[in-house]
Amino acid sequence: MSELFPQGYAHYLAGGLMIGAGVGLLFLLTGLIGGMSSVFSSTWSYVSKVPYFQAPRYLRSRRWRLVYAAGLILGGLLYLGLSGETFQTHVSAWRLMVGGLLIGFGARLGKGCTAGHGICGLASLQWPSLLAVMVFLSTAIGIAHLMRWLGVA
Amino acid sequence: MRHAHTLAVLLCGSLFGLGLSVSTMTHPEVVLDFLLFRDLGLLLVLVGAIGMALLAYQLGPRLMQKPWLADKFSAHQSQADTRTLIGAAIFGLGWGISGVCPGPAITGLGVGNWPMLYVLAGIAVGAYVQGRWFPPR
Repeated sequence: MSELFPQGYAHYLAGGLMIGAGVGLLFLLTGLIGGMSSVFSSTWSYVSKVPYFQAPRYLRSRRWRLVYAAGLILGGLLYLGLSGETFQTHVSAWRLMVGGLLIGFGARLGKGCTAGHGICGLASLQWPSLLAVMVFLSTAIGIAHLMRWLGVA
Repeated sequence: MRHAHTLAVLLCGSLFGLGLSVSTMTHPEVVLDFLLFRDLGLLLVLVGAIGMALLAYQLGPRLMQKPWLADKFSAHQSQADTRTLIGAAIFGLGWGISGVCPGPAITGLGVGNWPMLYVLAGIAVGAYVQGRWFPPR
């Protein structure tokens, strides 16, 4: 057990239940599906005339998606306030930036990320989301191992 | 009604962000450890999150006529087409290179993880490139 979970397992399970409670309550209260990558397209509609961003589904959802994202930051702040634990990653800046580019492009092309396909899609019993999850898990595991093998910092 | 709706969205987002923080998904190092099979914690996070969401998604529409603060339940629709699969593959590469995905990138700002700004800038540009030059036909 401690080999599989060297940091323990309770906080993973507790955090996961909270994430699911947030997504689940959002649905019960407002009927909305709380993925997390659409906000990066819908927010462009405020400043860009590109037709794709001006689609009705983005214009309709851009406001609540920004509020939802603000909620995420608030949740992080709440954790900071309760635990006093701040944290800065040591993953190098170029990995974060290149990773971000691929995340933004890929998640929007594939209409979903770990939250959209992984949580909302699977909880909706959508088999295309299961397929998407298996694909992104595979490429993520593959590139992470490749980079370790190459000794990339 | 509108204010209650906004407040509900904000609170649910906060719960999501709190969960990401508690489960240390805001630490790219922990995500990379999962992808390298050193710590399988991320699987537990997914199981817990999917379990709760599954209950709400499956039971809500059966037990309630409509959501408390809105007129109808939305449905998640995904398609098994080439765009979804190529997009998922590219997303996975970014996830595996950085150890970050959209939720933790946003939440990271709340816990003072400033390097997440690099990721957020990247995601915003990547999403723009998709919408500008690769919209669905």
